[in-house]
Amino acid sequence: MVLLLLFIVWEIIVRVLDTPDWLLPAPTKIFYEGFVGWSNFYPDLLSTIEISLFGFAVGAVIGLAVAVSLHLVSFLRNALYPLLILSQNVPIIVLAPLLVIWFGFGLLPKIIVITLVCFFPITVAALDGFRQTPAELKHYMNMAGSTKTQLFWKLEWPFSLPSIFSGLKISATYSVMGAVISEWLGSKQGIGVYMTLASSSFRTDRVFVAIFAIMFLSLLFFVLIVLAEQKLIHWQPKGEDRN
Amino acid sequence: MSHLLVKDVSKSFGKNEILKGLDFSIEKEEFVSIIGPSGSGKSTIFNLIGGILTPDCGGIYLDGDSINGKRGFISYMPQTPSLFPWRTILENVLLGQELQGKKEILKAKEMLEIAGLADYEKAYPHELSGGMKQRVAFIRALLSPQPVICLDEPFSALDELTRFDMQKWLLSIWESHKRTVLFITHNIEEALFLSDRVIVLTNKPSNVLTEIIVPFPRPRNEEILLDETFMEWKRKIYYSLVGKEKREK
Repeated sequence: MVLLLLFIVWEIIVRVLDTPDWLLPAPTKIFYEGFVGWSNFYPDLLSTIEISLFGFAVGAVIGLAVAVSLHLVSFLRNALYPLLILSQNVPIIVLAPLLVIWFGFGLLPKIIVITLVCFFPITVAALDGFRQTPAELKHYMNMAGSTKTQLFWKLEWPFSLPSIFSGLKISATYSVMGAVISEWLGSKQGIGVYMTLASSSFRTDRVFVAIFAIMFLSLLFFVLIVLAEQKLIHWQPKGEDRN
Repeated sequence: MSHLLVKDVSKSFGKNEILKGLDFSIEKEEFVSIIGPSGSGKSTIFNLIGGILTPDCGGIYLDGDSINGKRGFISYMPQTPSLFPWRTILENVLLGQELQGKKEILKAKEMLEIAGLADYEKAYPHELSGGMKQRVAFIRALLSPQPVICLDEPFSALDELTRFDMQKWLLSIWESHKRTVLFITHNIEEALFLSDRVIVLTNKPSNVLTEIIVPFPRPRNEEILLDETFMEWKRKIYYSLVGKEKREK
């Protein structure tokens, strides 16, 4: 609803001020371009969906693997945690061309970029979840004679699932951005390529088509994760009977 | 030979001596309470028996074998119910067995039914009241295959009425299942009402002050709570707890 209102206001302002299309096109023009240019656009869209899903999957697996190993081996945690944070401080825009130099124009550098963007929120969320496992439940498990593996799989893992899902949600939306950035580096197709071409030829309407597509994709991924979460975690009390 | 033997056990954390030369034993199918002033290291005793801590000296023996620092030889019911919120009641009850390998779903269902929780098998812990959660925690401990059940002030968080109901319920379940129980409490009445024997601890560093063999026959009902001799025993334990503290000051 709010979105619709925004579009209407935008449309009116553009029409009243008679803004040139290369500066700010009206929403109707953008949707029109999206509709007419669909056959042109959708191979790019598909390619972006493909690499963001792939990158997200790789990022999620690596993120979880890093979290689990850091959690289970405490000296690794102390040694590597600062390194993890540093990995997020490397500007992707600078790193990306380097990756191309090292790995060429293939799939690998793109997946590396998306993974770098995606794994961190998952790792942090999972580690926090593991660490926040209630001491009384851990104490019970220890007293009842559980092994370290049982403690992890029966207590820490299921307890952390909600926070792992928070991490997945953030990563899912990042993955589309990561994919677009990775496409800027040099790719034959993808929303990133479409966007670069559009902006260098002042087709602002197409830039907006790309932006909307990215937003829509991020939202879609987010919703998919939420659905998966609801399917997996059904034990949480609803807000009203929590007290 | 005693079933569980705690022999000359001492434990300190840094300079803080918690237990000093603690000695007691439990026979098979006996219900023994440990009562002591707060901070007398009652929970430390459990952590030692459960193998989370190892004694500085002395030993803990189960059927003659040392279990110092070894885990998995007791079943445990903590102070808080400590149910896992993502498991249904039935799954929670089975957890103790799951850790040791085998699951007896039918027996678990039967126990839940006896406890009046049959309708809650598929419910999650947050849907239950405090007393019900404690019942579930006790059934979990009862279903665990280990021979000795350790209960750590299980009813201390409940209100007076629920607590009394729970004590009666625990007694009836125990009388029909006869397991070896070690029960920690700071409530004298509770200890007398439930146990065969009450072990009174001294203040830190703790050891056994006195042992009282509770003379009331089983099955017991609430009437003994008002009995003259019950009051007398209560007074006796109370004075031995308080008297000791006074002398130290």
